[in-house]
Amino acid sequence: MIRDITIGQYYPADSVIHKLDPRVKLAGTIVYIVSLFLFQSWIGYVIATIALFSVIKISKVPFKFMVKGLKSIIILLMITVIFNLFLTPGETLIQIWRLKITKEGLMTAVFMAFRLIYLILGSSVLTLTTTPNNLTDGLEKALRPLNKVKVPVHEISMVMSIALRFIPILLEETDKIMKAQMARGADFESGGLIKKAKSLIPLLVPLFISAFRRASDLAIAMEARGYRGGEGRTKMKPLIYKTRDKMAYIIMLLYLVCMIVITRMI
Amino acid sequence: MGIIEAAKLVFEYAKYSEEGSIESVVRAIDGVDLDVKAGQFIAILGHNGSGKSTLAKQMNAILTPTEGTLYVDGKDTRKEENIWPIRQTAGMVFQNPDNQIIGTVVEEDVGFGPENMGIPTEEIWSRVEHSLKSVGMWEYRKNSPNKLSGGQKQRVAIAGVVAMHPKCIVLDEPTAMLDPNGRKEVIRTAWELNKKEGVTVILITHYMEEVIDADKVFVMDKGKIVMQGTPREIFAQVEELKKYRLAVPQVTLLAYELRKAGLNLPDCVLRVEELIEELEKLKCQEEEKRGNQN
Repeated sequence: MIRDITIGQYYPADSVIHKLDPRVKLAGTIVYIVSLFLFQSWIGYVIATIALFSVIKISKVPFKFMVKGLKSIIILLMITVIFNLFLTPGETLIQIWRLKITKEGLMTAVFMAFRLIYLILGSSVLTLTTTPNNLTDGLEKALRPLNKVKVPVHEISMVMSIALRFIPILLEETDKIMKAQMARGADFESGGLIKKAKSLIPLLVPLFISAFRRASDLAIAMEARGYRGGEGRTKMKPLIYKTRDKMAYIIMLLYLVCMIVITRMI
Repeated sequence: MGIIEAAKLVFEYAKYSEEGSIESVVRAIDGVDLDVKAGQFIAILGHNGSGKSTLAKQMNAILTPTEGTLYVDGKDTRKEENIWPIRQTAGMVFQNPDNQIIGTVVEEDVGFGPENMGIPTEEIWSRVEHSLKSVGMWEYRKNSPNKLSGGQKQRVAIAGVVAMHPKCIVLDEPTAMLDPNGRKEVIRTAWELNKKEGVTVILITHYMEEVIDADKVFVMDKGKIVMQGTPREIFAQVEELKKYRLAVPQVTLLAYELRKAGLNLPDCVLRVEELIEELEKLKCQEEEKRGNQN
């Protein structure tokens, strides 16, 4: 059923990582990504690997799910590897016609590949252990200071969470309209790209109209329930840092310090 | 003073032509007088375009009167500063269950109203629990609204309104998009709120079966209230109702036709059991007569 689809790639499990405050996880992801670009030596990779795999282990998300996220970057990965392999100047290892593989090139290619893979794995820990709603809440609170420079943080997060709620509804509606058009002889499958794109018009027009109608209904329903923007609003599920969140911040800091110190020393 | 009081209420809106000039002015509500007492269960009936939904939106101050006055719990809806207190007093449930649920989880949606009112977190939770229990949806609190049936979604929407502790709930055709089972669920829930919590209910509908127990029924046509009274008084006037394109419940119609055909039945029959009883009474009388003749 179309209604059963999950948005994002949240993997429900009962782990400490799942329970952490979304702001902690956001900060953690950023710290991890930054740390990946801090070092040049192999020892940095060892620390980053240990950190990543222990977090994955604690999160109880099967490694399979993590790897799924990598599929989308395979091409990017190949390009990076090939360019680094052949275009880095240095001591020649193998020479095929005019293409040289250098020792330096091989090293950078492998390191770059690991960096990219770790980057994707690191950020998928965030999306796999945090529900989209929770993430929106975290972003809203983390970005609150931007309110001072007139960024409508609350409104943006409200828009995001409403969009999340309506995606399955609109998908179902698309399905319904498609069937209705097919019953009247519309053809969505055959023909070239242009013909296929053209056949989408009778699908998109009714979908847009209905989306606007829904938006207007929803706006009235929200007003009827006393919604008047973020001001004076309380939270049903407020984000408050607990002991485990503070602990996580400390571990993060330790990791970053470790990374800087060790990679500078060796 | 009643909880909702309208005096000579008029609402007009302009229809615009494609160039943006005013083409015509439509009078959606035309001089309506209404007085609803606290704790009552009121039904407003009317065909499509009779102005009943427009009237509902007036009670929540989504629309405000063009002429005349409307007081909700003694507050004038035309005054800007009254809008938010009024929306808290008169909660509203709409027709399409999908387009009024804001949260991605049932309990979050019910908490939306109280959040807007600035209620402290702990109290939001106790209100959410109480209102979900009062509509019988407590077991579904962690579910996604997308996985509920229409009737269940509508009950969640009602819970969302109940959590704001309104004195009065306006249900604007809450059952129009539901199947018969969902319809029964929603109407039963509305009655339970009225009886157990003492909430005034204003049910707007065009299903006659839903209003047979109401305290008072208003019939609207072309923006005017054309009939009012108890359900029994209203349904007795089958011909009059037909004029307003409203169909009486099947039993009532059957009884009406039988009466026209010469059977000695009371003016208005609302329930199947009632008709059976009356017909059995007639049968007994008939048999007695025959017994006497022999």
